[in-house]
Amino acid sequence: MELTGAEIVTRCLAEEGVEFVFGYPGGAVLNIYDEIFKQNKFKHVLVRHEQAAVHAADAFARASGKVGVALVTSGPGATNAVTGIATAYMDSIPVVIISGQVPTAAIGLDAFQEVDAVGITRPCVKHNFLVKDVGELASTIKKAFHIAATGRPGPVLVDIPKDVTFHKTEFAYPDSVSMRSYNPVLKGHSGQIKKAAQMLLEARRPMIYTGGGVILGNASEQVTELARLLHYPVTNTLMGLGGYPASDRQFLGMLGMHGTYEANMAMQHCDVLLAVGARFDDRVIGNPAHFAREQRRIVHIDVDPSSISKRVKVDVPIVGDVRQVLDELLKLFKASKETPDEAALNTWWTQIELWRSRNCLKYNRESEIIKPQFVVEKLWEVTGGDAFVTSDVGQHQMWAAQFYKFDKPRRWLNSGGLGTMGVGLPYAMGAQLAHPEATIACITGESSIQMCIQELSTCKQYRLPVKIINLNNRYMGMVRQWQEFFYGSRYAESYMESLPDFVRLAESYGHVGMRIDKPEDVEGALKEAFSPALKERLVFMDFQTDQTENVYPMVEGGKGLSEMILAEEL
Amino acid sequence: MSSRHIISLLMENESGALSRVAGLFSARAYNIESLTVAPTEDATLSRMTIVTVGSEDVIEQIIKQLNKLVDVVKVLDLTEGSHIERELMLVKVRAAGKEREELKRMADIFRGRIIDVADLTYTIELTGTGTKLDAFLEAIDQGAILETVRTGASGIGRGDRILKV
Ligand SMILES: Cc1ncc(C[n+]2csc(CCOP(=O)(O)OP(=O)(O)O)c2C)c(N)n1
Repeated sequence: MELTGAEIVTRCLAEEGVEFVFGYPGGAVLNIYDEIFKQNKFKHVLVRHEQAAVHAADAFARASGKVGVALVTSGPGATNAVTGIATAYMDSIPVVIISGQVPTAAIGLDAFQEVDAVGITRPCVKHNFLVKDVGELASTIKKAFHIAATGRPGPVLVDIPKDVTFHKTEFAYPDSVSMRSYNPVLKGHSGQIKKAAQMLLEARRPMIYTGGGVILGNASEQVTELARLLHYPVTNTLMGLGGYPASDRQFLGMLGMHGTYEANMAMQHCDVLLAVGARFDDRVIGNPAHFAREQRRIVHIDVDPSSISKRVKVDVPIVGDVRQVLDELLKLFKASKETPDEAALNTWWTQIELWRSRNCLKYNRESEIIKPQFVVEKLWEVTGGDAFVTSDVGQHQMWAAQFYKFDKPRRWLNSGGLGTMGVGLPYAMGAQLAHPEATIACITGESSIQMCIQELSTCKQYRLPVKIINLNNRYMGMVRQWQEFFYGSRYAESYMESLPDFVRLAESYGHVGMRIDKPEDVEGALKEAFSPALKERLVFMDFQTDQTENVYPMVEGGKGLSEMILAEEL
Repeated sequence: MSSRHIISLLMENESGALSRVAGLFSARAYNIESLTVAPTEDATLSRMTIVTVGSEDVIEQIIKQLNKLVDVVKVLDLTEGSHIERELMLVKVRAAGKEREELKRMADIFRGRIIDVADLTYTIELTGTGTKLDAFLEAIDQGAILETVRTGASGIGRGDRILKV
């Protein structure tokens, strides 16, 4: 039977097992919306801004491991989506974005709501397509899902001109995709894996450093088993949190610009480093020249060859699916008669414990003003460490990463690569839809939350009972911190004047609002918000926090990992 | 230490393929000295030759990043092995009176051909490596050069070094 392009779109999405499409209608996609109206295979979630559509689809993918889907119209719909697409791209999140386009005959004529969506998004997608012929629509959508989800994942945009959505063709959804130009390497080189095993066993000061690739590659079980087997210390990047249980003794905390003293020192001073699904980026190792000062041998496992030896030269590169490669490594260790040098390892752990005893995350617990760290600690307690936590970008993001101990993967959703303020609330929506029964907490700041605040309305419509923890310091705190440290405390445009009354704002959207001013009320408020009585409600908690608090430790831009500024030194 | 590399690649002959490569070079601030592209004997494939300059690390990244483009089928650094490089140049020169003999002689020495003759001008066609073309331009009277157009280098491996799907 012949179907229209619009019918084909909805049929393809159904074939892919899509549960939710996050979108916003407009002229170029009305045929598709008409088909959405007629079907019941997947639900459409109407956001209030296309940026949030892509963020929510991205969060759905992060929290579930499936491909997220967003649908936007041509022109402003597509341009509004770009921030979301770039955010997903920087963190390698599998999302398929379908955008409407003006009819093929009008392309290039500056038609109403025309933009070159393929051109605009080219540098921030894994791949994109303009479908000019309805005959290629189904196979293109199939390819889009395949490319988004395999290898190093990423967003794929499919731009569909309006005429293609009403042209008809025979529909057949391909079972599989074969592309001569795209075949990611999944199986690691066995010789390299052997070399890696040997090198790791010879370590005297070993370190395991894992990133977002372990989360995306579903390899946290393998990382955990390997670390426990060898009794080696582990650190995670901001994107990698949850890759190893954070409440375990072998975990040294996050590393990098706001990493712990012990993680950064161990990273700098180890003699053999196992890097898994991580990319040695500037926020992680600081100045690469300083990092290279210490002699160490590096094993690097990653599915993307271009991530290897990009900023730091490595000794044993292994290209492959991190889970498969770690399975192979584990087999070798289990079969091996050799074990790590126990005496050397003990000495190394003694050193690490000494670093740990600096207690680099300490803060003033006697404060009469609410300390943001205290709120996150209490949140962890009240939620039993088992919530899905999203954050925006700024100081609150770092405190969330430092103080909420993630024991499981896919529980921590934030924009690590692009650092996009505004993701917090749409991320919470995507996570809640992926896990309807789970507890979802959005840790945000009063500046970030205002960048996608309109989504409170979406939350009302779809009854998404997310809990918003607003660490309200009346400043763009992270900007203020940099201005304090590096610009002589000249706080140019970083103070948030004329803030709304968040309690009444939340209420006007039909939600519950709370304002918390004193440290002694923090726990009670959290307990109430997360109580069964409010289980079905969105609760907006506006915590009035200390305006002067800074994030420590801190590695200044361009400095080395071991050159941290610590709280006590100030 | 930067050096000159000639990178050959085969990619799907899709619309937008060229802009993906060009965009990659500008987004990552890689050098492009020249870039040529045309379909191959298999019309679904385009072959591109890119001449670039960079350190070993940068060239390694360029090749990895090119391979990462979904439309790219194969990438080869021709300069890693023995290869042949050719570029085509058309030069229009002022050729009147005595100059005509001299220019004809120079074209012959460089194995060029005069492909258009007018009362006051010659157009000379010349192929060779970029250095040879440069040498020709230096050898003739600078004032005589009216216009030049060059294709940029194309390259191919020697012997059984073959870039094919
Ligand atoms: C879209 C966007 N614009 C600007 C920035 C730069 N920026 C980074 S953190 C920050 C301040 C965030 O303030 P707030 O949300 O209140 O969080 P806080 O740092 O106070 O916890 C800004 C402006 C950004 N990351 N994203």
